[in-house]
This record gives sequence, structure tokens and C-alpha cells, in this order.
Amino acid sequence: MADKSYDKQNPAYYALLVALVVMAVGPIAMMLMTSLKLNVDIMSDTSSLLFMPTLRNYETALCDFLWYEAPHIDYCDKTFGRALINSLTISLISTVLTLVIGCMAAYALVRFRFMGRDTVSLSTLAMRMVPPAVLLVPVFGIWTFQFQIDGTRAGIILVYVAMNLPFVIWILQSFIVQVPIQLEEAARMDGAGPFQVFFLVVLPLIKPGLAAAAIFTFRVAWNEFLLANALADRNSRTVPVTIVNSITEFDIDWGVIMATGMLLAIPPIIFTFVASRQIITGMTAGAVKG
Amino acid sequence: MQSANVNRATPYLFLAPAALVMAVALLYPIGYMIYASFLDWNPSQRIGEAEFVGLRNYINLLGDAAFRESFYVTLKFATVVVSLEMVLGVGLALLLDRNIRGMSVLRTLFILPMMIAPIVVGLMWRYMYHPSVGVFNRTLKSLGLDPIPWLSDGNWAFASVVIADIWQWTPFIFILSLAALQSLPQSAMEAARIDGATGWQQVIYIKLPLMMPVLIVTLLLRLIDAFKVLEVILVLTNGGPGLSTEILSLRISRTASEFRELGEAAAMSNYLLILLVILTFAMFAYNKATEARTARLRKAAEEDV
Repeated sequence: MADKSYDKQNPAYYALLVALVVMAVGPIAMMLMTSLKLNVDIMSDTSSLLFMPTLRNYETALCDFLWYEAPHIDYCDKTFGRALINSLTISLISTVLTLVIGCMAAYALVRFRFMGRDTVSLSTLAMRMVPPAVLLVPVFGIWTFQFQIDGTRAGIILVYVAMNLPFVIWILQSFIVQVPIQLEEAARMDGAGPFQVFFLVVLPLIKPGLAAAAIFTFRVAWNEFLLANALADRNSRTVPVTIVNSITEFDIDWGVIMATGMLLAIPPIIFTFVASRQIITGMTAGAVKG
Repeated sequence: MQSANVNRATPYLFLAPAALVMAVALLYPIGYMIYASFLDWNPSQRIGEAEFVGLRNYINLLGDAAFRESFYVTLKFATVVVSLEMVLGVGLALLLDRNIRGMSVLRTLFILPMMIAPIVVGLMWRYMYHPSVGVFNRTLKSLGLDPIPWLSDGNWAFASVVIADIWQWTPFIFILSLAALQSLPQSAMEAARIDGATGWQQVIYIKLPLMMPVLIVTLLLRLIDAFKVLEVILVLTNGGPGLSTEILSLRISRTASEFRELGEAAAMSNYLLILLVILTFAMFAYNKATEARTARLRKAAEEDV
């Protein structure tokens, strides 16, 4: 925006803003603080903002990645480290696959127009409405008995790609529509085949759309719990699954669990700060454009 | 000749992977679920070994008090949460729609709660609701008040779950309504100001009616999502105490994993799906109706000229 003139507001307005920001960010800040506390500090009666921050909880959670001996760890529980690697692999691979497949489909739907936009937006909506809980029973049954890919990372990736495709196709469509067809025609005149046109001309032009789609897909795959819980075995568990497993125990180690929660929250937080504009575009595209 | 063939096949080549993946991992499971809902099936059986029982699962469910209770809890949760969030979200958008420095920073901070994992949201609220170390009860205690049984009393547990959801999702409505507000035609607002409309009159007669299409879509999107909430409640209360916070999604997953009744869980999923299909079609029909109306109005306006 070019105009730099801002309206002056009264102090109550700013007070409201501050209150809202505190409410929105407060719980996250509290989680961060707890994750930096020793259990003695967490349980002590005098809760305060004054405490010695320590990285011990993070060291406990990430013990198998440490390059030094942490003196307070007697026994290294590798569950979380393994889950972190699983989560990263599963989310990254499923994001890349979803984007490639979804992009091609969106392009075909826009440029070769053999299905109306209505069909696509209706099916997107239809898929958006299917709760993961509804997929739970059939996916568990099919993956276990028919495909026999239960307990593998590939199995989890397959569900995530399928779950995310409708939304990705739909959001990318709205970006591809805006690419001037003359550009593609010019490339074709110069002798480019359909795949060259797509990869060399169209893809670079829809980068913002790709960014929005990538963030949404990654976030769904990174945060998803229910299906991962049903499909994963000991070796393919993702971070949300390990977190839930460790809180059902009677005695909760708040410091460590908050550290793992924080580690799970960090990637989405980074995305939010880096690409909030794209996220908001992705979010509003759903409602404002219908 | 060959290149013409390639060109004709191109759209199918581009579409094939997506169609394949969705058919295998989305449509097939849904069809499978509909079939499974007519079976008496437990997780150790292959589906072929399960006995076909017709509509028994559906009928059993209707007679099952626990299922009816959780259906009711789901409806109550969705209604309460969505109406409170709509009021708060739209209200805040109207209040904060000013041209101020740092609005984009504000919006960034507000979308944080939606971006982080629902599991983590549940985790931090569970910590804050903790009877002795949680921040709420600590504050109450330091003010000399009695602690509140946030998660251990049925009514309070429901309220706690609602509060956590409001924290997480009000920003969604806020951001959508803010986007709608900022895309309103300036001329309408200016005309109202010149005619001497007060702030409230502008909101009620100009802004809200013009925002209505977006608001309805927002409402329905949020409503659909409210029926899908699972993780936050799972971490906070796991449906308890009693059945006070056991929403349908949670009950489906428990029926499948704890009670090992896959057929019944599938029938339950179908009930939930039917409910959502109705909502989605309402939304789509509404979209079509407004589009048709604007088209008609535009045509009428053009004919007048």
C-alpha cells in the first residue's frame, strides 16, 4: 500500500488491541516458558515469570541427536527423535507429491476445460466436509487387509496426498486461470511441447499459489493425528501420535511434553511469520470467492 | 499425426495421477465404509469374513443412549461454538477495521492459533486448566477465590472445551470478515456518511447486509469444521467426564479402537457424513442462489439503461 497516512485512534482502541494480542499469543508464550522450566519450577507454589531458563527438557526430548553428553539424562528415550524424523519425511514427501500431482490436474482442468469449474468446486467442498474420523474405519481396513501397507510411511503418505489433493487442485486453479494464455501460445509457437509449456512457463508464474498450497498441505500432514495413529506402528509413529501417547499416562512430565509440543509447533509458526500473506490468501479464497 | 495424438491425450495424462490417487485413497474408502456399515465386523477379521447384518448397526445406534447423547453433544458443541465465534469474530472485525499501522502484524499473530497442531492446542490448554499448576486456578487462588474444576466437572469441561475452540477459531472468522469489510464498495459507505448515518446505522444497514454473502459462507465453513473437531477434545478431556464432551468423531474413533466394532463405527461415520452432506449442499445451493440473484439484478439494471 502506498498511502502512509494512518488514522489516529483513541487509547481504548489500542488497549483493546493489546488485550487481543495477549490473548492470542499468551497460551503459546506460556507453553514456551513451561518448556524452559525445570519440573521443580513448574510444580512450585509460587508461579512467577522469574525462573532460570534451561534447555534440559529439549535435551531430554532430542537426546539421540545430541552431539554431547547431557549430564542429567540417565536413559535416552529415542521415541521422540524417531517420531520427529518420521514426521518430517512424511510431511515433506506428501507435500511435494500433492503439489506435483495437484498442479498438473489443476492445469488440465483449467486449460483443457473438460469439466466445469462447478464440478471441481463442488467436489472440493464435498471432500473438505469429510472428517478424518469418517476415513478412519475404511482406511484402516483397506490399508491393513487389502494393500497391506499399514504401519509404513508410504501408507500414511498416500492418505495425506489424497486428503489434500482436492483443496490444492482448487486453490491452484484460481491461480492458473490468471496466467495469460498468450504466453503459452507463444511458447508453443516456439516449439515447446505441452509438458515444457507447463513446467517452464506456467509453473514459474504461479509461485505464490504454490507457496500457499504447500503451506496448507504441509500443515495438514504435520499436524494430523487420527489417521497416523490408526496406521502407524512403532517405527512409523509421527510426533502428534507420540505426544498423545505420552499424555495418556497418569503422571505427566509437563516440562518435556511442553518441549515436544513446542518443537511440533515451531514449523507452522515459522511459516506463519514468513508467509502470512499467502496463508491469508489461501484462507480467504475459500469464502470470499466461493 | 503423432503430435495430434499426444495433444489429445495430454489432458488425461495431466489428470491421471490425481484421479488415480483420489480414487484409490478417497473414493474407494468412502464406498468401502458405506458397505462396512452393513456388516458385523471386528478388526481382527478380513472384511469378507464379516457377517452381513443389513441395517442392524443403524438401528442399534438409534436405540443406543450413549450414541444419542454424543450426537446431542456434537450438535450442542457446534452450535455454541460457531455462534459465539461468529459474534466475536464479526464484532472484532467491525471494531478493528481501521487504517492503522501494524495491521498486518496483528493478522499474522491472530492466525497463529489456527496454524499450530490441534494436539498442541489441546496440550497447552490442558496445562492452563490444570487443577493445581494451571494458570487459571493459580490466578483464582491468588485472588482468594475457590478453584474451578475445569476438566473434572461435566458442565465446566464442556465450557473449557468451548473456550479452547473459541481461542483457536475466532481468528478465522475475524480474518474472513475483515477481508469482506475491506472489499466493500467505498461509494456505499460514503453515501451513507453523507446522508448522516451514525456508526451503528452504517453497521446495521450498510456493512452487515453487504457482508452477508461472505458471512454465510464463513458460517457454513466453520460449521463443517466444528463437526470435525477431535484432537483438542481428545487431549483435553478424552470425551469425559462421563459423556459430557464426547463428540461424534471421538466416539467413532473409540468405537473402532476400544470397542472394536468397526461396522458400528462405520454406521456412525455415515450418520455424521449425512449431516455434513446436508450442510454442504445448503452452502452450495446458497452460493448458486446468490449468483443467480446478482445475475438477475445486473440484467435488470442493464435493461433499465
